[in-house]
Amino acid sequence: MNYLASLSPIYAEMFLLVMVCAILIVDLFIVNYTKTVTYLLTQTSLFCTVLILLFTHQPGAAHLFNDMFVHDVMSYVLKVFICLAVMAMLLYSRSYLLVRGLFTGEFLALVMFATLGMMVMTSASNFLTLYLGLELLALSLYAMVALQRDSAIATESAMKYFILGAMASGFLLYGMSMLYGATGSLDINRIADVIQHGTPNKSLLVFGLVFIVAGLAFKLGAVPFHMWVPDVYHGAPTAVTMFIGTAPKLAAFAFVMRILVEALQPLMIHWSGMLMILAVLSMAVGNITAIAQTNLKRMFAYSTIAHMGFLLLGVLSGTIEGYGSAMFYAMVYVLMSLGGFGMIMLLSREGFEADTLNDFKGLNQRSPWLAFMMLLLMFSMAGVPPTVGFYAKFSVLNAALDAGHLTLVVMAVLFSLIGAFYYLRIVKLMYFDAPESHEKIYIQPDSSLLVSLNGMAILLLGIFPNTLMSVCFVSVQQSLLQ
Amino acid sequence: MNFETVLFYLFAAVTVFAALRVITARNPLHAVLFLVLAFVSSAGIWMLLEAEFLAIALVLVYVGAVMVLFLFVVMMLDINIEQLRKGFWQWLPLGGLLAALIGVQMVWVLGADEISAGTTAVKHAADYSNTKELGRLIYTDYVYPFEIAAVLLLVAMVAAIALTLRKRRDTKRQDVNKQVKVRREDRVRIVSVPSARQVESVQEAAASNHGHTAD
Repeated sequence: MNYLASLSPIYAEMFLLVMVCAILIVDLFIVNYTKTVTYLLTQTSLFCTVLILLFTHQPGAAHLFNDMFVHDVMSYVLKVFICLAVMAMLLYSRSYLLVRGLFTGEFLALVMFATLGMMVMTSASNFLTLYLGLELLALSLYAMVALQRDSAIATESAMKYFILGAMASGFLLYGMSMLYGATGSLDINRIADVIQHGTPNKSLLVFGLVFIVAGLAFKLGAVPFHMWVPDVYHGAPTAVTMFIGTAPKLAAFAFVMRILVEALQPLMIHWSGMLMILAVLSMAVGNITAIAQTNLKRMFAYSTIAHMGFLLLGVLSGTIEGYGSAMFYAMVYVLMSLGGFGMIMLLSREGFEADTLNDFKGLNQRSPWLAFMMLLLMFSMAGVPPTVGFYAKFSVLNAALDAGHLTLVVMAVLFSLIGAFYYLRIVKLMYFDAPESHEKIYIQPDSSLLVSLNGMAILLLGIFPNTLMSVCFVSVQQSLLQ
Repeated sequence: MNFETVLFYLFAAVTVFAALRVITARNPLHAVLFLVLAFVSSAGIWMLLEAEFLAIALVLVYVGAVMVLFLFVVMMLDINIEQLRKGFWQWLPLGGLLAALIGVQMVWVLGADEISAGTTAVKHAADYSNTKELGRLIYTDYVYPFEIAAVLLLVAMVAAIALTLRKRRDTKRQDVNKQVKVRREDRVRIVSVPSARQVESVQEAAASNHGHTAD
């Protein structure tokens, strides 16, 4: 009994795992095409996971399983946000997937497995668990991209994603094995300790670090390891694209924090230089290439690359402010891309994808409220003041400036200025162009409520950003000080 | 250089050679067989590291089960290797240059100072049970990663079934219900053929035919 009580920090993960297995079995007995029971069960279990997280949380960090698992404030906050983002994604994508025949029990199970993988990643305290969590997430994502078997483009993008993802995992593992060779441990705290106080082989450490950064950049989709992002975002069903583009970014942030900041903090002079190159290239290539895109999903893919550049900018500052603002940026990014992809799915219907720029022409005449929500999302992505996107960019730039990266900040501002063009072009298409079709937009009440909430959250968080910002700062601070 | 070192270099050389042949072999079957060779020789390297259980598991599981399955798949698929290799020579200079660059850099960085393992592996006595120790560690210190690995296998299973099990509209299958319920009227159509008509003409034709051959 005592042992069970000591496991309380991991109750949420255990509950989620039990529920996935239960849902897999329950789903077999449900012949209903709409899968309402399975869907409600999935949403309920995700919601209960959040509740368990809220109720079992205790201040301070808990280490379990020989330091393989750590539950600190950062992992707690990120896990809650990950579960909420997944719930929102399921709400948005239900009707989209139903008309395409993709809303199956397996899809829901894979979503939950991926969520479990993200939770494992965020609270990993050992390279082994970090890697296993990453693979759990990645494997589910590969399968989800490929689920649309009859679409050649989805299959192709799944192959690309799988092969490049496997290569990135290889890079990561090779780098991890080098670090293991140099420090003799896979435990994150132990590695940090050995590097600081021991006498590990420096060149072997840096050699391993190069591979780790390359692997991380692959997973984040930072230039020059970004080639898979546009193809996968474009090829996958929009619901899956939304999933790839939202919650996993939070897990990836935790991954970067655990490896680079917690384990390899003493090597910061080396990795911050590498991240600088990645960040500048990502912002440049992402923002400039996005201008030439006519497909909205591809455009969002390049915009993701640019946003990841900003996120790296926060991390490479190397201060609590930098990490906190990067975490804030990741959360805001998730919120914005939920809305962006949600809008594509709202406008799509059976046999039609509203994923080109022309589909948004004159949206204001067809549905002024949706157009206004899209306007808020685009303003936020571009970083226009009243919205939260502005504060995210502002705090990252502020942290980078405090760390003395003036040139980087100037470049970041210039590139996001270029980026503003393609976001504002959508606003122009919606408000000043004539619509191509006058077909009535029919949307589900639940997803239209969600898109309104999403847009309002972007506006409200933009006006009152302090609560979320301080949550991010406190969680990063607490996790690093332990 | 003792015997163990000689064995290590032998196994390492065979592994590298086999791995290269896997990607250069023209016949996909040969590629699979070279992959088997690569597995067996890396099992040899693991054996030198005193990881007997892992070495035997590699041979049993990979060579014994996975690769045989692989072989079946390769034999069943009609792989056009020429089409796969299209553009190989065109991209070889660029790829080769990049690979050489990375190789040189790696040698440069790692060759700069002596890379030696901080600690050498402890030699165990002959009666030390590798398997027992592995089992103990998996179920104590490493139980959490072990469980996640199990979940990973479950995901692989779910994904494989979700991707391959689907109803295709163009397949023809038996419907046993229909077969059992079938009545005579559904299958047998009685046609009344008028008999004994035009018999003469047939005889005539036969006769003329006969006469024809007689000529």
